Amino acid sequence: MSQNPTTAATLEVAGAASRRTRRRLLAILGFVATVLLTFLGLLAITFFIGRVIPIDPVLAVVGDRASTEVYEAARVAMGLDQPLPIQFVHYVLNVFSGDLGQSVSTGRSVVEDLSRFFPATLEMATIGIIIGVVLGVPLGVIAASRQGSIIDQIIRVVGLLGYSMPAFWLGLVGLALFYARLRWVGGPGRLDIFYDGLVHPVTGLLLVDSLLAGEIEIFWNAVTHLVLPASVLGFFSLAYIARMTRSFMLDQLSQEFVTTARVKGVPERLVIWRHAFNPIRVPLITVIGLSYAGLLEGSVMIETVFSWPGIGNYLTTALLNADMNAVLGSTLVIGAVFIFINKISDVLYRVLDPRAR
Amino acid sequence: MSTRDWLLEDSPHSRLQANAGRAYRVFTALLRNPLSVLGGLIILILVLTALLAPWLAPYSATGQDLANRLAPPSGAHWMGTDELGRDIFSRVIWGSQITLTIVGLVALISAPLGLLLGAVAGYFGGWTDRVLMGITDIFLSMPKLILALAFVAALGPGINNAIIAIAITSWPAYARIARAETLTIRSSEFIAAVQMQGASPLRVIVGHVLPLCTSSMIIRVTLDMAGVILTAAGLGFIGLGAQPPLPEWGAMISRGRTFILDQWWVATMPGFAIIIVSLGFCFLGDGLRDVLDPKSEGK
Repeated sequence: MSQNPTTAATLEVAGAASRRTRRRLLAILGFVATVLLTFLGLLAITFFIGRVIPIDPVLAVVGDRASTEVYEAARVAMGLDQPLPIQFVHYVLNVFSGDLGQSVSTGRSVVEDLSRFFPATLEMATIGIIIGVVLGVPLGVIAASRQGSIIDQIIRVVGLLGYSMPAFWLGLVGLALFYARLRWVGGPGRLDIFYDGLVHPVTGLLLVDSLLAGEIEIFWNAVTHLVLPASVLGFFSLAYIARMTRSFMLDQLSQEFVTTARVKGVPERLVIWRHAFNPIRVPLITVIGLSYAGLLEGSVMIETVFSWPGIGNYLTTALLNADMNAVLGSTLVIGAVFIFINKISDVLYRVLDPRAR
Repeated sequence: MSTRDWLLEDSPHSRLQANAGRAYRVFTALLRNPLSVLGGLIILILVLTALLAPWLAPYSATGQDLANRLAPPSGAHWMGTDELGRDIFSRVIWGSQITLTIVGLVALISAPLGLLLGAVAGYFGGWTDRVLMGITDIFLSMPKLILALAFVAALGPGINNAIIAIAITSWPAYARIARAETLTIRSSEFIAAVQMQGASPLRVIVGHVLPLCTSSMIIRVTLDMAGVILTAAGLGFIGLGAQPPLPEWGAMISRGRTFILDQWWVATMPGFAIIIVSLGFCFLGDGLRDVLDPKSEGK
């Protein structure tokens, strides 16, 4: 009974610490579990789309003039004679071992195709998000700090247009205006035809590869081709980012500590960029993450318009050729990247914002 | 007693009077916001155009006039003609029927579906809630357009399948809202009173929970319509939505792609129709939100 009070206190502290670690561990485990479950859900949906909806997936592969033997052989080879749950398990195992099947239209494996086309999409979406962040965040801050000003009105209009303008239409109008009429930018594709295939792909990102090879001329040509599609994508992320920045900033600027800072005589510029902007950096990261993921989706349309050889273009070509393996493979990859970015920005938010812990 | 007094009476004598009074208040509040009036007008014009298309359109939507192909906008053809000499203005007018059908059917399929799933999940809680919301979250964390594309790819191109695919991808948001609303309603006393009178869960959900979710649902559906129009146009643009010769706006833009460098009007004109109608839904949705849900004003 004569327990030393200090030891008891230390024990309690240690207990609290271990409880905290355990809670954190549980949180991490829970996070991994949700991500895995979401991926499994994505797989279930693509499986459902590929195997359950089509009346006869075998027919789609062998064609309707195949003989009964060929048909049966294909059916067994595709594992379609097995019950659906077993088929699903096979499907999941295949995907996790990196097998997405063969593409009917290119004759290569879907994984090979996707890794070939992904860098082009990545390059465009990345430049797009950079444009969106570099312009969107300052514009949103200015719009919030000068409510009702011209910039505020412009941000409103841009925000609304971002919600109501078809991306493919903006791309086409951009092509008609800046390429056909004004000749400011390059046309569809990643390079002019006579530069095609001159640079050895190392990373697949043309801007990087051409610099690595020391081909400045090709680099500039790639820039002129990239600038329009990336700007169109950037416009949509700008619209979203500026709108969200504005709304976050308005929340902050109405807080009492901002009034206090102003009363103390802190210069307005410091009030805005230090007192009001610092707290919104964390939610902004989530917004930017979501916007980046959205750009990957938006690039499907833009790539079709600009004949951009990325995943989006691959997906739409496959759609029109009824190349289901390629369709499902691209859906899976875009979906997985989308989910991944979503979850990562969610985690970043929790790690960086002390209030969300 | 004038009609207005009857509508605004503080103690309505019948359910009809209470509902009519509420509708009147919402309506007058909407009229005070110029943007929502504009949005409402745009939607009204869309509906009227769709209904009166046979009388409004100066030419047929499919009638070809090869002598007059790719003519620029003029007095005879306000938006020019396309590659088969069809009047683009008339096609845009006929296309409003397709847009309205898509928007209406998607709302009719996905909103009640999401509403029901969300209300059931919120009302019963426990495992029902966990399973239903787990599925909802999986759908929510996936890119909508890509999912719709994949569904149409499997179902086959066409306007009906496009509607189904868009509806499949848009119910989860409604389920989330309905669940959140149900959770707050579930524990209120009038629900307990109904339950003690022996009402079945079905009766409680349909008769007492769902009606209270409708206003937030109407706001969300209206705001989502712009996205639905864009997705439908996107499917049409890729060639998976409405099939030619149907004058669907997205498909029309897709046909104009080939001529974008020289005959800009073919692809550009239907785009303006899409933007105006989408903006209309945005304006109206914003206005409705301010009136029906004053908490989130200005967000």
